[in-house]
Amino acid sequence: MQLFTDPILNTIAWTLIKFAGFALVFVMGLATVLTWVERKYSALIQNRPGPNRANVGKFRLGGLFHMLADPIKMLTKEDFTPDTPNPIMFRMAPIIAFIPALMVFAVIPFGPGDNAVIANTELGILFIFAISSLNVYGAVMGSWASNNKWSLMGGLRITAQMISYEVAIGLVLCGVFMISGSVDLQEIVVQQTQTLFGFLPAWGIFTQPAAFILYLACAIAENKRAPFDTAEAESELTAGWWTEYSSMNFAVLALSEFIEIVLIGCLGATLFLGGWHIPGVSGDTPLLIALQIGAFLLKAVFLVWLQMTIRWTLPRFRYDQVMRLGWRIMLPAALVNLVLTGIALTLLDRR
Amino acid sequence: MAKLVNRIQPDLVQQSYVVEIARGLVITSRAFVRNLFGKKDIVTVQYPEDRRPYTPRFRGKHLLTKRDDGQVRCVACMLCATACPANCITIVASEHEDRDIEKFPTQFEIDLLKCIYCGFCEEACPCDAIRMDSGVHTLPSYTRRDQKTGKVDLLSLAKLSTASQGGEFRATDHEGTAHGRSSHH
Repeated sequence: MQLFTDPILNTIAWTLIKFAGFALVFVMGLATVLTWVERKYSALIQNRPGPNRANVGKFRLGGLFHMLADPIKMLTKEDFTPDTPNPIMFRMAPIIAFIPALMVFAVIPFGPGDNAVIANTELGILFIFAISSLNVYGAVMGSWASNNKWSLMGGLRITAQMISYEVAIGLVLCGVFMISGSVDLQEIVVQQTQTLFGFLPAWGIFTQPAAFILYLACAIAENKRAPFDTAEAESELTAGWWTEYSSMNFAVLALSEFIEIVLIGCLGATLFLGGWHIPGVSGDTPLLIALQIGAFLLKAVFLVWLQMTIRWTLPRFRYDQVMRLGWRIMLPAALVNLVLTGIALTLLDRR
Repeated sequence: MAKLVNRIQPDLVQQSYVVEIARGLVITSRAFVRNLFGKKDIVTVQYPEDRRPYTPRFRGKHLLTKRDDGQVRCVACMLCATACPANCITIVASEHEDRDIEKFPTQFEIDLLKCIYCGFCEEACPCDAIRMDSGVHTLPSYTRRDQKTGKVDLLSLAKLSTASQGGEFRATDHEGTAHGRSSHH
């Protein structure tokens, strides 16, 4: 659709619209709601009522207003800076942790067609790997600049953990690339619209079931959430590298964690649940496209729910267990999956 | 004697975690659905609106009881102040115009920050004048001075004394409510 006659203006306008719709409304909106969902969901699992006090007049809506009350509270709190030789680094850390988390959504296709992605590059998953690994710089800077032993311990753990699991997750996803023959996410989704054995959609979860489980485990480990929350480790390190952060700095860190949950959901839906694909539906009428976008968002929300449930079901791992799992189980398992995929593809002679 | 502990050796399916995690997810999801839609297992008391009843023996904020005619029952005998292990009771006594009563407190101050809520003052009181069965928590305040509670405040929680009051010599004795001292002795 043409908004402006000038093609460059048209591209910019559409990019902004897509950014506002997908990144700001869906991703940020879902992340904001998740700050409330996390507490309410865990409360109901544990037979507690959860947050239920924030209200507008007589309406409480089960405490939904807590997600509005929290920013107000955060903004009025003292913006604390510890006695540190690196105050600028301390300020920059949350920004550096936050921006990459939101940036990676640029290449995730939320609907069919070349236009249904904010930045239509062929880099795809490589861009996501490159940008999302910048996260660790924020953690390192923040933990170092906090001038606090807990922060430093948390920062050490987070660095080791994120780098370890980055290796594993890269190898896990290689299996998916081998099947699709591309790193372009839109191309990967299009490949998944085929049909297996005449009835199964060729979704990643059916072609690479082991990779799906490994991806979910590695992704949660990279996001440093329970059961892999050794970097925050409330019981050992107060709040890990977040210890010295207060006010909106803390809110930004918490929000970037929730954005990463949405990212894992969106990426998982794209790679393993067929993205916007609805089995047995094809066509490009506006209604169908809207339905397919809805299907993608629904799949992403499903994976977000799965992460939440896993987080409130499993007990925490010890730090050494996390590292052992990463290097001695996840990495070999990813390699075995890679080799088996290669053998299977050669036997089937698909590539 | 040493106790033999049977260690459960997980089989291969259990060691792979996948099936066990799935079972765990079912358990948590079931708890969530039950608490959201079905019979709630939540036992939390929503405090300011709902309160759990205290036992009758709960020792809360002090109160001074009143006589049948509404006067303070305390006779300023200082027994409570003497019995108090925390020295938190300050009484200023004055002569009462009624010859039978002799003394009454013009000031009766309890420092609630010093009080340890032991109940010795209740036990020491010969007149059932000071009690702690108000069922009221001591509320927080912004200054230490606000925690020193006086006679007016203590009387605002007042209950009618249940002990026998009045006496055979009292002129204002009326039937039904007051019991003559002579009937008990």
